[in-house]
Amino acid sequence: MRNRIVVSIQAIGHRTIDSIWRLGVASRFFVWVLLKSTTSFLRFGLVVREIYFVGVLSLIIILVSGLFVGMVLGLQGYETLQKYGSESAVGTLVALSLVRELGPVMAALLFASRAGSAITAEIGLMKATNQLAAMGMMAVDPIARVVAPRFWAGVISMPFLAAMFSVMGVFGGYLVTVVFIGVDNGSFWSQMQNAVDFRYDIVNGVIKSCFFGVAVTAIAVFEGFDAPPTAEGVSGATTRTVVTSSLVILGLDFVLTSFMFRGVS
Amino acid sequence: MSRTVMDFWVGLFVMAGIGALLILGLKVGNLTSYNAGEVYNLTGNFENIGGLKIRAPVKSAGVVVGRVLDIQYSLETHDAIVTMGVSSSYQFPKDTFASILTSGLLGEQYIGLSPGGDAVMLADGDKIMKTNSAMVLEEMIGRFLFDKASEN
Repeated sequence: MRNRIVVSIQAIGHRTIDSIWRLGVASRFFVWVLLKSTTSFLRFGLVVREIYFVGVLSLIIILVSGLFVGMVLGLQGYETLQKYGSESAVGTLVALSLVRELGPVMAALLFASRAGSAITAEIGLMKATNQLAAMGMMAVDPIARVVAPRFWAGVISMPFLAAMFSVMGVFGGYLVTVVFIGVDNGSFWSQMQNAVDFRYDIVNGVIKSCFFGVAVTAIAVFEGFDAPPTAEGVSGATTRTVVTSSLVILGLDFVLTSFMFRGVS
Repeated sequence: MSRTVMDFWVGLFVMAGIGALLILGLKVGNLTSYNAGEVYNLTGNFENIGGLKIRAPVKSAGVVVGRVLDIQYSLETHDAIVTMGVSSSYQFPKDTFASILTSGLLGEQYIGLSPGGDAVMLADGDKIMKTNSAMVLEEMIGRFLFDKASEN
């Protein structure tokens, strides 16, 4: 009995130490990636190639989701606002919620599941098939050659994807409320422009998406690089990438929001 | 995928991203608003415009007939000069009444035109003489209290 208690306490301690140790490894890895990033910028072609895979190929899902999120926002916002006779404020509702929160967050979540998982799987498989070790043998640093370009490609793509998500969302909201339902076009845009501030809303949204880009790709490359070199290990790492980065995005969003929008209308 | 094709798509992606940021920033996408062709300008002096904004609709009998183009403060009369662009297909008599109204309880403000009976129509650049200011809640409550007090 006593022995069992000791064992379970040990299990808790073991898990805690393990996760802290892992966080430390991840942080050191992150610093390592940043230190070895010079190659990515000297040979920018490597980054361009990765931007194609993580950014351009994520466009379809980002644009289509943005459109539908905006359409749903417009529809639901209209339903509620028309009860108060202020249905023309639906533009403000759609634009503010997209630019401040939904654009960066949804785009980052989609980016994590579309591109983050792909990065993890790719790097994990490279490790499992000893490609990274082979690179090391040829005196090519795998972090500089494989990891850093993917990291920077993600960081660069994320704000663009979030901005496109927001634009598509505003367009979707416009489509549903102005074109289909018949909210007045002029008040839709004028109320939106009166409410959306460039510095406080748009720039803060872009800053958010930059943070999310760093978080998602850092988690993805770390999980890939850290994955056990087996089929099971790679699949587990891919799952962890999506779960961890989704949680980190949502948590980080709360922290950033409480810093940015405290006391702002 | 050849290098040049990839470069092309990435270039397009970055341009689209910057374009999206620009659209977000300027949000001028389709500001054109109410471009029902020809418009003529009318001005009106209002004592208080409340929350009236540029590009707010100008309505008559609930139909949108134009847009607010400009709002200026007049140094001579110390009130607001509102310039409206009204579609040429709508003509209004000289003694039209312009008032700033609110749609619904919390809705946006717009200018309502109530046509009079004059035979002469308003032309481009004319000034609407009869105007009614926006309803300001505090003033209204103040007046109500004042009236109540004077009753006793």
